[in-house]
Amino acid sequence: MSEDYNRGYLDMELLRFTTAGSVDDGKSTLIGRLLYDSKAIFEDQMEAIEKASLKTGDGEVNLALLTDGLRAEREQGITIDVAYRYFATPKRKFIIADTPGHVQYTRNMVTGASTANVALILVDARNGIIEQTLRHAFIASLLQIPHIIVCINKMDLVDYKEGAFDDIKSGFDKIATKLDVHDIRFVPISAKLGDNVVDRSENMDWYDGPTLMYLLENIHIASDINHVDTRFPVQYVIRPMKEEYHDYRGYAGRIEGGVFHKGDKVQVLPSGLKSKISSIDIFEGSTEEAFAPQSVTISLEDDIDISRGDLIIKDNGLPQSGQDIEMMICWFDEKPMILGGKYAVKHTTNDLRCVIRDVKYRIDVNTLEHDTENKKIGLNDIAKITIKTTKPLFYDTYRKNRKTGSIILIDEATNNTVAAGMIM
Amino acid sequence: MDNKYRINHLRELEAESMYVIREVVAQFENPCMLFSGGKDSIIMFHLARKAFWPARVPFPLMHIDTGHNFKETIEFRDKLMKETETKLIVRYVQDSIDEGKVVDETGVNSSRNILQTTTLLDGIEAMKFDCAMGGGRRDEEKARAKERFFSHRDEFGQWDPKNQRPELWNMFNGKKHMGEHFRVFPISNWTEMDVWQYIMLENIPIPNLYYSHERAVVVRDGTILAAGEFVELKEGEVPEIRVVRFRTIGDMTCTGAVASEANSLEEIIEEVASTRITERGGRYDDKRSEAAMEDRKKEGYF
Repeated sequence: MSEDYNRGYLDMELLRFTTAGSVDDGKSTLIGRLLYDSKAIFEDQMEAIEKASLKTGDGEVNLALLTDGLRAEREQGITIDVAYRYFATPKRKFIIADTPGHVQYTRNMVTGASTANVALILVDARNGIIEQTLRHAFIASLLQIPHIIVCINKMDLVDYKEGAFDDIKSGFDKIATKLDVHDIRFVPISAKLGDNVVDRSENMDWYDGPTLMYLLENIHIASDINHVDTRFPVQYVIRPMKEEYHDYRGYAGRIEGGVFHKGDKVQVLPSGLKSKISSIDIFEGSTEEAFAPQSVTISLEDDIDISRGDLIIKDNGLPQSGQDIEMMICWFDEKPMILGGKYAVKHTTNDLRCVIRDVKYRIDVNTLEHDTENKKIGLNDIAKITIKTTKPLFYDTYRKNRKTGSIILIDEATNNTVAAGMIM
Repeated sequence: MDNKYRINHLRELEAESMYVIREVVAQFENPCMLFSGGKDSIIMFHLARKAFWPARVPFPLMHIDTGHNFKETIEFRDKLMKETETKLIVRYVQDSIDEGKVVDETGVNSSRNILQTTTLLDGIEAMKFDCAMGGGRRDEEKARAKERFFSHRDEFGQWDPKNQRPELWNMFNGKKHMGEHFRVFPISNWTEMDVWQYIMLENIPIPNLYYSHERAVVVRDGTILAAGEFVELKEGEVPEIRVVRFRTIGDMTCTGAVASEANSLEEIIEEVASTRITERGGRYDDKRSEAAMEDRKKEGYF
């Protein structure tokens, strides 16, 4: 797209991050701090929190109340669901997927992690690395969140000692060798008092790294998207019933990988038919090139049969194809998975069905051990399974492309989304 | 931004919303888009036009008309529909009152806000819509922060916040049983600031009410209400002329104005950036109780 099209009023970048943790880690306090210090909390919200804090009677203003939206959550002092929060600095707009950190909410953590560029993992400096830390790190790696920031919180309660920070850092590095993570940063903070959150701490001279806010504003995320392998799943076919566009046939969709140009040779899967891009259309007219994650409409030179679910690609970097799919899943439903059972499948813009063939192993999210004996998969379980689909899928491994490498399973009786799958 | 293949936050939000709106048309048989004439529904409709260009928007718009609208809103609505050759369905709260389904509130603080839910649900049922898109944003209100893009509603139109489908990546599960429907919120991830910046970036026309103007108002419990035929004056209240603008546009009975001289989009953006009150802070309907929005949403409100 032309420079002009991109030049906004404010040229900010969008960063999505997830926070997992419990109230005890100070997660809500940290979010409250980020929102408060970046002036995303308004006076009337503050007043409402002050009022609610008086009601629960814990004396000081409880910033955690900002993130608990539903009545039941406020009453019980817990977070039930994924809550989305927004704030912006002159550099970036941030979307926080705030999820509860307890094991019973693994499905919420997985959901929040699926779209995140960055995972914030909180560790209480007094407690060091606990089971929950391991679980959060594992989920971040399973969902291939490109960047992890470990916030070692409550430094004020360990007298801001460097030793506490170092111990946790080296402990976490050890965990990381067992996981598929690439970029890990560590920041010693006090969410409650604000040390190293937005402003540099005056209590930790020994730390010369960036503050949390600096990292969030500057971490390099442009390479998080695969700009090499071209992937354009057709979402909808546009045929205007207008005189001036009589023969127009455009394929609407979101580019999920790579860069497309006008004139590019392409092929359409599954048919394998080849053609050339005659135009890439946007509301403002046509554009010479388009790239992930833009939503555009592509027209081809030849009149070939294409419908929703088809994949348009350039000739290099073909996806894999097949009906036997091996993947890691997280199970979301109260009703356990049925081995040999049939489920509806969504993969990119495709709807199909599958049968669960086999459970290779289950992973204990607290120890990362593989269990090959017990093949019962229930709510919040993570496992490696194989499925057979009703027709061939054109896919990438999840590691290569988070969009063309992911699947959801749906219970055909209840219509509930029962599992998320990451193709291996 | 140095990287060639990078888009700014507004273009990324735009791409996401267009994707969601196209998903609706692909997954549902008979969807509609709710349109109030406020800025959020105006940009949602703009995004829909972009998503299907050069074709027309392939679904009708539906306005739930309380009868208490600003006349500027209705004029704006009708002009926009004509210019874009879009089909508009209007359902009137007055009809629901006349049919005896709901009873108009009385008294000085009366509002038709809650009554809209009945008219909306009846409209969805009468027109056999299986999906209604709305311009709700998660940053507006704390119950909305827990809302999905694709929000499932049972056969009574109710929302069950504790039993929502997980939403991963950009995969949306719109499967449902007979009689159930979906509410879809394509601009979930936009903030008030994003909306204003986008209106400016795209040069999207909006009703004049959003710009500074002189108006007869009454100040009630800190809220500046437009004095007009629908706002019943309390004893001792005398309308006065002030220079104001509206940050949100709803019914005249519950939409608070702000004292403002902002007369251009640049000035509005500057004002939004420096203001310390949320936009719904001026909405009388949300002040009724701490969980006012949550309760209304459960029953089927927008």
